[in-house]
Amino acid sequence: MKMRAVKTIYLFEMARTWRTIWQSVASPVISTSLYFVVFGSAIGSRITEIDGISYGSFIVPGLIMLSVLTQSISNASFGIYFPKFTGTIYEVLSAPISYVEIVLGYVGAAASKSFILGVLILATAGLFVPLEIQHPFMMVMFLLLTSVTFSLFGFLIGIWADGFEKLQIIPLLIVTPLTFLGGSFYSIKMLPPLWQKISMVNPVVYLISGFRWSFYGQADVGVDISLAMIAVILITCMLTVRWIFNTGYQLKN
Amino acid sequence: MQSILSITDLNKTFAGGFKALQDINLEIHPGEIFALLGPNGAGKTTLINIICGITNLTSGSVSVGGHHIVNEYRQARSLIGLVPQELTTDAFETVWDTVNFSRGLFGKPNNPPYLKELLQDLSLSDKTHNKLMTLSGGMKRRVMIAKALAHEPRLLFLDEPTAGVDVELRKGMWEQVRELRESGVTIVLTTHYIDEAEEMADRIGIINHGKIILIENKFDLMKKLGTKHVALDLKEPLVNFPESLATYNLKMNGSQLIYTYDSQKEDNGISELFEKLIHAGIQVKDLHTKESSLEEIFVELVRKR
Repeated sequence: MKMRAVKTIYLFEMARTWRTIWQSVASPVISTSLYFVVFGSAIGSRITEIDGISYGSFIVPGLIMLSVLTQSISNASFGIYFPKFTGTIYEVLSAPISYVEIVLGYVGAAASKSFILGVLILATAGLFVPLEIQHPFMMVMFLLLTSVTFSLFGFLIGIWADGFEKLQIIPLLIVTPLTFLGGSFYSIKMLPPLWQKISMVNPVVYLISGFRWSFYGQADVGVDISLAMIAVILITCMLTVRWIFNTGYQLKN
Repeated sequence: MQSILSITDLNKTFAGGFKALQDINLEIHPGEIFALLGPNGAGKTTLINIICGITNLTSGSVSVGGHHIVNEYRQARSLIGLVPQELTTDAFETVWDTVNFSRGLFGKPNNPPYLKELLQDLSLSDKTHNKLMTLSGGMKRRVMIAKALAHEPRLLFLDEPTAGVDVELRKGMWEQVRELRESGVTIVLTTHYIDEAEEMADRIGIINHGKIILIENKFDLMKKLGTKHVALDLKEPLVNFPESLATYNLKMNGSQLIYTYDSQKEDNGISELFEKLIHAGIQVKDLHTKESSLEEIFVELVRKR
């Protein structure tokens, strides 16, 4: 393993974050603060509690997941798409490094940004509502696994995309609706029985449920099932990345 | 002597069925400058991209420094530097950051003295901390060369290195390429400028429709395929063309008589021609000779095949 090469890609990608600090960090933090104002204060005054948790506190894990999911995909997809677009990808492809090292560099950087963002949003939330984290280790684990998994998914989108429109289409038309419908702002148990069943098809439900459990000890689905769902998505993404580098799909042909 | 680059029966067929390369066999010797000539779409860049790992091959075998480019890609690629055809740079990076990135990507430890010297050799010292987007096209081209050399490769590919570069800068680049060769780097360059190949290359390969149609030492090629012309300026224009000169392939151009012959032939007929001219009372004022250029040879070969 050429760790120096991994570090080089990682630091290059992280440097881009500092250059675009407003877009990468400040913007999601401000958006999340607005969510607290709108959902936490306006709607929270009508829905006081869910499962014994104040509404403002209840939405914190969902809001973190919402930003972490979208930013992981956005950062990782842009990270690999941009060199493809400008042509500088030739340098990465012709370097004496394996695809694992390439993925570690790009996905590692995107996941790091998302993780830092998640922590920042958590800290911002602490300014608005009282926070309780019953299972801090599991909270970190969920945050880390989600950041890595969805950065890997974003990396796949970046390789698949052959234009800026394609780069946006999956995050905008699939991921964001799934996240909003995945229980970010409500408990699945509040839905009619038919919609509860339909919601179980949405993988984001499991992520938010597991993450919320790490805060308040309450979940819509079992924690083991949530972890299994992340593992399934992660392994699927890893296998797809391996297939892409083995065949050269959208990269080497 | 072991070849630095060895290509055997290489084929590349793209997804749509287009055969970009067919049965390519090529050996590049250490320390030489090899020029690969070919018209647009001949397969030059595809060949380079396969060797560098940017494009997958369909069949055949390529090894660099004795290392197979697929099975031993780490060892093979670490020997290669590539300056691509397009000026692909990350506009927001500085010159210093981008050459360090290139070196790091190849897993080499930091070496600021080497990189400083490299930038100095390429006349980029005063641009070290400039962003790439502020540089001119010629400077960007030199940054691309610096990036390709940042990890100290033994085999350097220059894919049309002087495309879009002004004459003065082109000559400067030729000088740099020669210096690189003197430092022990083997160079493979593709170019549209035949004079570039004529000026710099030791050997020349011509590729057309994905097939290598010729590989020759430059001087041997020019000797083998080159024709020579003798232009004789006559004192007076010929009114009647003498019978005795009919067997010669002569052309009249005003008061100039042009004789074209094969420079390889022992008996090229020149002395006989002069005897017959004297005998016919034709007086010569001056004479010039001209060899066919590599460009003429190239155009002739590509047209034939």
